Amino acid sequence: MAVRWKSLLLAGCLLLGIATGQAADGLVQIPPLQSAVTDLTQTLSAEEQTALNQKLSQFSQQAGSQVAVLLLPSTQPEDIAQFSIRLAEAWKIGRAKEDDGLIIIVAKNDRKMRIEVGYGLEGAIPDAIAKRIISEQIAPAFKQGQFYQGLNLATDSLIKLIQGEQLPAPTKQSRQAHADDWMSMLPILMFAAIIGGAILKGMLGDFPGSLVTGGLLGGLAGWLGATALIMGLIGLAAFVFTLAMGGRGGGSYGAYPGGFGGYSGGSRGPDIFSGGGGGFGGGGASGDW
Amino acid sequence: MRRLLNMLLLVATLSLSGCGYNQFQSLDEEAKANWSEVLNQYQRRADLVPNLVSTVKGYASHEEKVLTEVTAARAKVGSMQVTPELLNDPDAFAKFQAAQGQLTSALSRLMVVSENYPNLKADASFRDLQAQLEGTENRVTVARNRYIESVKQYNVAVRSFPNNLTAMMFGYQPKPSFTVENEKAISTAPKVDFGDGK
Repeated sequence: MAVRWKSLLLAGCLLLGIATGQAADGLVQIPPLQSAVTDLTQTLSAEEQTALNQKLSQFSQQAGSQVAVLLLPSTQPEDIAQFSIRLAEAWKIGRAKEDDGLIIIVAKNDRKMRIEVGYGLEGAIPDAIAKRIISEQIAPAFKQGQFYQGLNLATDSLIKLIQGEQLPAPTKQSRQAHADDWMSMLPILMFAAIIGGAILKGMLGDFPGSLVTGGLLGGLAGWLGATALIMGLIGLAAFVFTLAMGGRGGGSYGAYPGGFGGYSGGSRGPDIFSGGGGGFGGGGASGDW
Repeated sequence: MRRLLNMLLLVATLSLSGCGYNQFQSLDEEAKANWSEVLNQYQRRADLVPNLVSTVKGYASHEEKVLTEVTAARAKVGSMQVTPELLNDPDAFAKFQAAQGQLTSALSRLMVVSENYPNLKADASFRDLQAQLEGTENRVTVARNRYIESVKQYNVAVRSFPNNLTAMMFGYQPKPSFTVENEKAISTAPKVDFGDGK
């Protein structure tokens, strides 16, 4: 009974938290980051958007550094710089250690734009250079209504500048990356073995339950990228551990209905553009047209 | 006996972390780091001033009043002893803030004045300096906001019960933060004069 009360309270707090989180503070909401180019103003045609998108995601795959573009109607009541740092803190473009992200923000109705430069790129793209790109490449094109041309030109020169900077190469999506994945998952695997093992033992009996637990854990480790040998070892360890574990878990663990279902390990698809944890400190330049 | 000692140790550890001691450590460190960033960006701005002044002088030498104001404000900022202890001294903090605020308003007046000189505005190095100054002012704003945010967290932690008891015991004081009232008093808006006199 007590458990039910607690979970009710928790659910209530959660709902309240969500509600207050969405409460209108009068500021423009940060749009979700789905691709390198986000156009909320329907300014770019589908082909233009795809072309720009392709260029930017290709660049981020080759160089590791990330460049994103956002077109939105307005940032009012905030100044574009205020909105832009809020956006940068939410999107976290660029890699965490290199802080090599860059965002181009265009507030179309305000006729304002900004290049927000991550910490790690402040050397490659000083404020003065960002300002020049804005006033010499973007603004003239925008004045003639050529939004794609302006953005295309600007991203070209920004990419060139970033390439001039010595940044570490992107980490390959290989075994090595995954090996770290399952290592960091080890505590969770153990936890899963304890709970899952208890449930399965309760359901299937001691020996079959332990066997199934071992098999599942081994499979899970394999899915997370462990090698066959380690998969076998983990499976065996889970089997022995579960078998040795005292008593049948039975119904007492029924309160945890598959709590780990939500974890999706290593789902970093190449087509999904997401921030890598890059930090921003307000560098860059703003301009208008 | 051994077991009792262990228990005591455990209780002490748990109660220390439970009463916020560990929380103070991390929040205090974070506030200090953010404060360093504020100083860093103020320093960066101060470093820009000599170049800016000499560039503007080249085109608008008779704007003496504004130029000396900027130079004086810069000198005052430069003469201040900025130590980490500043954070624990509200008076010194207020003085520091006043000096930086004076430089802010002097620089913004200089930028307003420079609008009157088309040749100056067209000068490439002036434009670069202007972009750098804008960028630095923006960085200052960001750094200050982050400092304010971290101080808020720290102060809430230090003041709320039962943490305040721990804080009292170990001498953790609430930290001063930037205030808007202060800022307003310092940076009187530049006068816009549409009259004929200069």
